[in-house]
Amino acid sequence: MPNEKLKFAFYWAASCGGCEIAVLDVNEAILDVVAAADIVFWPVAMDIKYKDVEAMADKSIDVCFFNGAIRTSENEHLAKLMRQKSKVLVAFGSCAHEGGVPGLANVSNRNEIFETVYLKSCSTNNPGKIVPQTSVGVKEGTLSIPRLYDTVKPLNQVVDVDYYLPGCPPPAKRVAFAIGAIVKGELPPKGSVLAPERSVCDECPRKREEKKIAKINRVYEIVPEPEKCLLEQGIICYGPATRGGCDAQCIDANMPCTGCGGPCPNAIEQGSAMISALASIMGIDSEKETSFDPKKLMDQVKDPIGTFYKYSLAGSILQRKVKK
Amino acid sequence: MAEFNPKIVAFLCNWCSYAGADLAGVSRIQYPPSIRVVRVMCSGRINPAFILDAFKNGADGVLVAGCHPGDCHYIAGNYKAQRRVLLVQKLMEAFGLEPERLRLEWVSASEGDRFASVVKDMTAEIRKLGPNPIKMLEVED
Ligand code: SF4
Ligand code: SF4
Ligand code: FES
Repeated sequence: MPNEKLKFAFYWAASCGGCEIAVLDVNEAILDVVAAADIVFWPVAMDIKYKDVEAMADKSIDVCFFNGAIRTSENEHLAKLMRQKSKVLVAFGSCAHEGGVPGLANVSNRNEIFETVYLKSCSTNNPGKIVPQTSVGVKEGTLSIPRLYDTVKPLNQVVDVDYYLPGCPPPAKRVAFAIGAIVKGELPPKGSVLAPERSVCDECPRKREEKKIAKINRVYEIVPEPEKCLLEQGIICYGPATRGGCDAQCIDANMPCTGCGGPCPNAIEQGSAMISALASIMGIDSEKETSFDPKKLMDQVKDPIGTFYKYSLAGSILQRKVKK
Repeated sequence: MAEFNPKIVAFLCNWCSYAGADLAGVSRIQYPPSIRVVRVMCSGRINPAFILDAFKNGADGVLVAGCHPGDCHYIAGNYKAQRRVLLVQKLMEAFGLEPERLRLEWVSASEGDRFASVVKDMTAEIRKLGPNPIKMLEVED
C-alpha cells in the first residue's frame, strides 16, 4: 500500500474550541500529520459541508477525532454520522470523554437555561419574551436550528467509541503520541484510554509527608508553599483521583489539579474516588477526640458537584440533577 | 392507594452490624421487610460509588451500618465511612435527592433490638419522603 495516505477528520460538538487549539499545539508535528494523512473534514479550518461528509462512503475516514459533548440534535447527528463514516472514532478531550465543563449544565435543564439566558439575566432586553424555537416560518420558507437537549451526554452514550484521549484540552504530548501510534499502526486494544496507567500524583514532583487535613483552604485564601503537596496544605487537589499524562502541569503552575485527565484506571467513578480520598485524610488527627465534629469539618467542602465532578458530571453515575 | 413500601439497600459491616441483624433475626424481633442486605468487611470498604449506584438503580434509601467508634476491626474504617457519608449527603442535596435517604448508624453485634429499631425508623422516614425521585424522572432528551 505505497503512498496511500490516511484520512483524518476532526469535529467539534459541545465544546469551547480549546481542543481545536490543542491540535495545533503539536506545532511542527502537524506537518508530520499532513505528510501521513489527508484531513478530509475539519469545520474549524476547512470549508466543507455536512452534505459532503454524508456523500462519503461508510468507513472511508480512517480516524475521526471528535471533541465536545453531545448537547444538541446537531451534535448527535454528527456523532452518528462520523461514527458511520469512520473506521476509528476517538473521543478527544474531557467533554467527549466524560461530558467536561459543558456537562455541568446537567444541574439545570433547557427551560431553566432559556429562562436565565433569554428572559432573566440583568442585561437582557426581551420584551417580546422570545426564546429559541427549533423552526420558524419566514417569507422565504421555514428556517430551523438544532434542538438543545435537557441532558448533556459524553460521546460514548450516543455512539460506540474506540479510544479516549482525555484532557481539557489533551496535552500536546498525548495528541502527538496518539497520532504517532495511529500512523505506525500501534494502537492499544479498543476501548483504551490513550494515557499512562498512573495518577497525576505519580507525576507530581511535590514533596509528600503525611496526608492529613484539618482545614480546607480555597486557592485564593493562601499562598501555597512551592514544594509541598497542595493537598497536604489543605487545597483540594484532584491528583490522587485523576489519570496522569499531563506531567502535573497545573501543579507546576501552583494550581491544584481539578481532574481533567478523567478517572484513574479501574476507578468506578472519578467523583466517588475523590470523595473517598478526601474523606480519608480529613480530620485524621482529631477523629478520636470527644469534641470531634465531623459535620462541621465536612461542611468546609463547598459546591460538591463543581468540586468532585468538574469534568465528569455527564459521565458520572447520577449524571444529572433530579428536576421535577 | 396501596401503601408505599420503600426499598432500602443496607451495607452492613461483617463484624458488628451484620451480626446485629442476625441477632435481630434469631431473636425474632419484628421489623419491616424493607431492607436488602449487602455484607461488607468494614464500613470503610464502602465506596461512595456503591451508594450512588444504589440510588441510580432505584433504591429509596441506603443504610450504612458499622462498628461503634473505637470498635472498628480495622481501627479507623468507620471514621472514614462517617466522613464519606457526610460528603455524599452534601452531594445528594446538590443532586436534588433528600440527604435523609442515606443514613449512617453504629450497631454492634449485641444490638439486635437496636438494628430492628433503626430499620423501623428509617422505613417510616422514607415512607414519608416517598419514592426515590430518580425513578420518577420522565425520559427526556
Ligand atoms: S495531591 Fe496534588 S499536589 Fe499533592 S502530590 Fe498529588 S498532584 Fe501533587
Ligand atoms: S493537573 Fe489535573 S487539571 Fe491540570 S492538566 Fe493535569 S489532569 Fe488536567
Ligand atoms: S470493622 Fe466494622 S466498621 Fe470497620
